[in-house]
Amino acid sequence: MPMSRMTILGGVLAVALSGAAGAQQAPAIPGSDSTADHTKFEILKQDFKSGPEVTAACISCHTEADDQMMHSIHFNWDFDHPETGQKLGKRNVINAFCGSVAGNEPRCTSCHAGYGWEDMNQPPPQQSTAVDCLVCHDRSGQYTKTATGAGHPPLDPVKPGTTTITGAPAWAVDLSKAAQSVGMPGRDNCGNCHFYGGGGDNVKHGDLSSVLYDPPRAVDVHMSAEGENFTCSTCHVTDKHQWDGSRYAAHASDMKGTGKPGQRRDVATCQSCHGNTPHEANIMGAKLNDHTDVLACQTCHIPEFARGGVATKTWWDWSTAGKLKDGQPYHEEEFTQSDGQHLHTYLSTKGNFRWEENVKPIYAWFDGQVEYTTGDKVIDPAQVVEVNKVKGERGDGRSRIWPFKRMEGRQAYDSQLNHLVFTHVWGPTTDTAFWTNFDWGKAIDAGMKAAGREYSGQFDFVDTHMYWPITHMVAPAEQALKCGSCHSEDGRMVGLAGVFLPGTDSNGIVGILGRLLVLATLAGVLLHGVLRIFSGRKGGHHG
Amino acid sequence: MAKRCVKVYPRFERFWHWAQVVLILTLLFTGMGLNGVHSALHFGPAVMLHTVAALALLALWIFATFWLFTTGTWRQFIPKIEGMIAVARFYAYGVFRGEEHPYKKIFWRKHNPLQAATYFGLKWFVFPAIWVTGIAYLTYNIWAGSVAAPVAWITAIANAHLLAAYVIVAFVIVHVYLLTVGHGFRSHVTPMITGYDTIDLTPEQEAYLETNEPGRLKPAE
Repeated sequence: MPMSRMTILGGVLAVALSGAAGAQQAPAIPGSDSTADHTKFEILKQDFKSGPEVTAACISCHTEADDQMMHSIHFNWDFDHPETGQKLGKRNVINAFCGSVAGNEPRCTSCHAGYGWEDMNQPPPQQSTAVDCLVCHDRSGQYTKTATGAGHPPLDPVKPGTTTITGAPAWAVDLSKAAQSVGMPGRDNCGNCHFYGGGGDNVKHGDLSSVLYDPPRAVDVHMSAEGENFTCSTCHVTDKHQWDGSRYAAHASDMKGTGKPGQRRDVATCQSCHGNTPHEANIMGAKLNDHTDVLACQTCHIPEFARGGVATKTWWDWSTAGKLKDGQPYHEEEFTQSDGQHLHTYLSTKGNFRWEENVKPIYAWFDGQVEYTTGDKVIDPAQVVEVNKVKGERGDGRSRIWPFKRMEGRQAYDSQLNHLVFTHVWGPTTDTAFWTNFDWGKAIDAGMKAAGREYSGQFDFVDTHMYWPITHMVAPAEQALKCGSCHSEDGRMVGLAGVFLPGTDSNGIVGILGRLLVLATLAGVLLHGVLRIFSGRKGGHHG
Repeated sequence: MAKRCVKVYPRFERFWHWAQVVLILTLLFTGMGLNGVHSALHFGPAVMLHTVAALALLALWIFATFWLFTTGTWRQFIPKIEGMIAVARFYAYGVFRGEEHPYKKIFWRKHNPLQAATYFGLKWFVFPAIWVTGIAYLTYNIWAGSVAAPVAWITAIANAHLLAAYVIVAFVIVHVYLLTVGHGFRSHVTPMITGYDTIDLTPEQEAYLETNEPGRLKPAE
C-alpha cells in the first residue's frame, strides 16, 4: 500500500514497542485519578480472541456506553447539517484526498470506531459489540487497527506485510493487556486516526500531525508537556460520548465566554476557557480585545500550520495518476521535509503532490457552516470547484475571520452530468480498483456503483479547492502574529471583503490629497523664502 | 510708551506650548507610520505610542482650556478683522520690500490678527476635528454595533482624521517658517522659552505692573 511515511513510522513505532515490554509507552494522562483499577476486574482477565469480545466485557459494566457511542458521529460517520439540511459525514461526502469512503470500505473503515463496517450502503453494524472501546480508551499504547481490516486489530498470527492505521508494520495486539489498561483517551488514541487522515501523517488537516503526540511548546502551547500538557479531550469536551468540535457546523464565534462558575462543558472554543476579553488589562490588551468582533482567536494565535517538522499535502493532482514505467507503477520523492525525510511527489496510484511546511493560512469570513459539493450537486467544470464552501460574511452577527488550509488539486468528475464522482481506488483483489488496475474508467464506474449513483460513463478532471479550518497548533502568545502582519500594504488580509484595515492603503485619496497639501505648503514657503532672499531682505526689520 | 522686557508667556503657557510640540510631532510621526508613509516603527508599538500621546494631549488640552478661561487668556485668541489686511499685505508684499511688520505686540494682545485668526481656526475646527475623529476611531468597538454600516463609518472617520492631520502638518510648516520673518527665528523663539519679550507698555500698564506684578517686569535698562 503506498503510504509516504510508512517506513519511518514503522521504525519509530518499532523502537517504541521494543523498549516497552510490559512498560507503559502511551504518554501519561495528567490527573488520572480514577477510582477503578481495571487490572483488578475479573472479567478483563481473559484471553480475548477479538475486539468485539473485549467490547462485550466493557459493556457488561458500562451498560449505556455502546448505545451512546452508536449515536455518535465517530460511529455513524453521518451528519445531518442542521442549517443547510445537507447529509454530510464520511459516509456521504466526497473530499479532495482519496475521494470517498464508498467503494473503499475496509481500507477507510480501518479508522472506524467500530468493527466490521464493510459496506457504506448499510449503516455500521448494529450489534453492541461492534463498538470499538479500545481504540479510544486503550492506555497500554499497543492497541491498533490494521490498515485494511474494517476496524479490526492485528492479532496473532499477523500476516506478513500487514500495516496499521498509521502506516507502521503491524504487530500482534495483546487484547487482555489493552483491556486492563483502559482510561481516558490520550493524545495517541485520537491521533492514531486523526493525525493520519488523507493517507499519511498530516496529509489532510495541516494542523494535526504526529508532532502533537509530544509537541514542543512552540508548536502547541496547550498540548506540550512544557505547556499545559492537554490531551485532545481537555478541549473537545464530551457528553455521553458526543464530542464538541464539528468541522461541518463549527462554533466560529462564542459570545458566552467562560460562562458561570464551573467550567463550561459544552463547547471546545477558546473562549470557553479564556473568556471574551482574554488579553491583558492595559491599552494594548484593550486594543487586542477590540479585535475579537472580527477575528477568530486562531487567526492571530496560529501564525502558521504544519509546524514542528511534519509537512502537509497542499496539492494533489489525480489526473496524472496511472502513468507506468515498463508496465510497473513508480514513484518520485522530490520533496524533502525539514527532518530530512523525502516525501512522494508522484505516485502512479495517486498522481502528483505538493507538500508544504510552516504554511501561512488563507483567511475567510466563517460562520461555522460548511456546504459540501456532494455527489448530487451540479458543478461548473470551467471554474475551480469548491469541494466544501465555508460560509459567512461580516455583519451576520456570528462570523469571524478564520485561518484555513486550502487544499488544491484536480480530481475526477462526470463530464456529462457534471457531478464529482466516487472512485473505487482500493481493492487489491478487484479488477476495477484504480490502485491495482490503473484504469480510471473502471475505477469510477465501480465507485459510482458502490455509492449507488448515476454515472454517464464519461469523465474528466476538474480543479478543486477544499478548505480546512485551522484551530490546532496554537503558538505561545509571544509567537502570535504581530499587528503589522495584517496592518501593512501586503498584509495577510489582502483581498478579504468587508474589512477596514488601517495601514494597508497609504495611497488612498485623502492620503494623496494630504500629501499634496503638504507639498503645496512647502513649495509656498520655499517660494516666499527665496523671494525674500532675492529681494535682499531678511524680512521686515525695525531699523 | 516705553519698551520694557515683560513676561508675556507664563510658565504654564510655555509648558503647554512645548508639550504640545512634542506630543504633536510624536502623533504626526507615529500617525504617518500607521498610514504607511514610513516604516520606521512596527505597527503595534506605533499604535500604542500614538494612543498614549493622544490621550496625554487631550489631558493637556483639558488643562489648557481650564487655564485659558480662568486666567482670561482666552481673549488673546479672539480674532479681529482689524489689522488683518495689513498683516496679510505685509506677508504677501511688504516683507519683500523691507517694510516693518505692521503689528506691534502689545501687552494684552500678543498675537497679530492673522495669527490670532489662525489659532482660532486651529482651536475651534482643526483640533476638535482631529480629537473627535480620533476618539471615535479609538472607541470603534463601543459604537460599531449601533450603526447600520460600521465599515463605512470607520472609513469616513479615519479619512477625516487623516485629513485633519495633514492640515496640522501644513500649519506646523507655515508656523515654523514665519518664525524666520521679522526679527528672525531666534528672537521669536526665545520668548517662548524664557517667557520674556520686549514690548511697548503704556505708562499706565508700566505703573500697574510695577506696583502689582513686579515679577513680570525685568528692571528697566
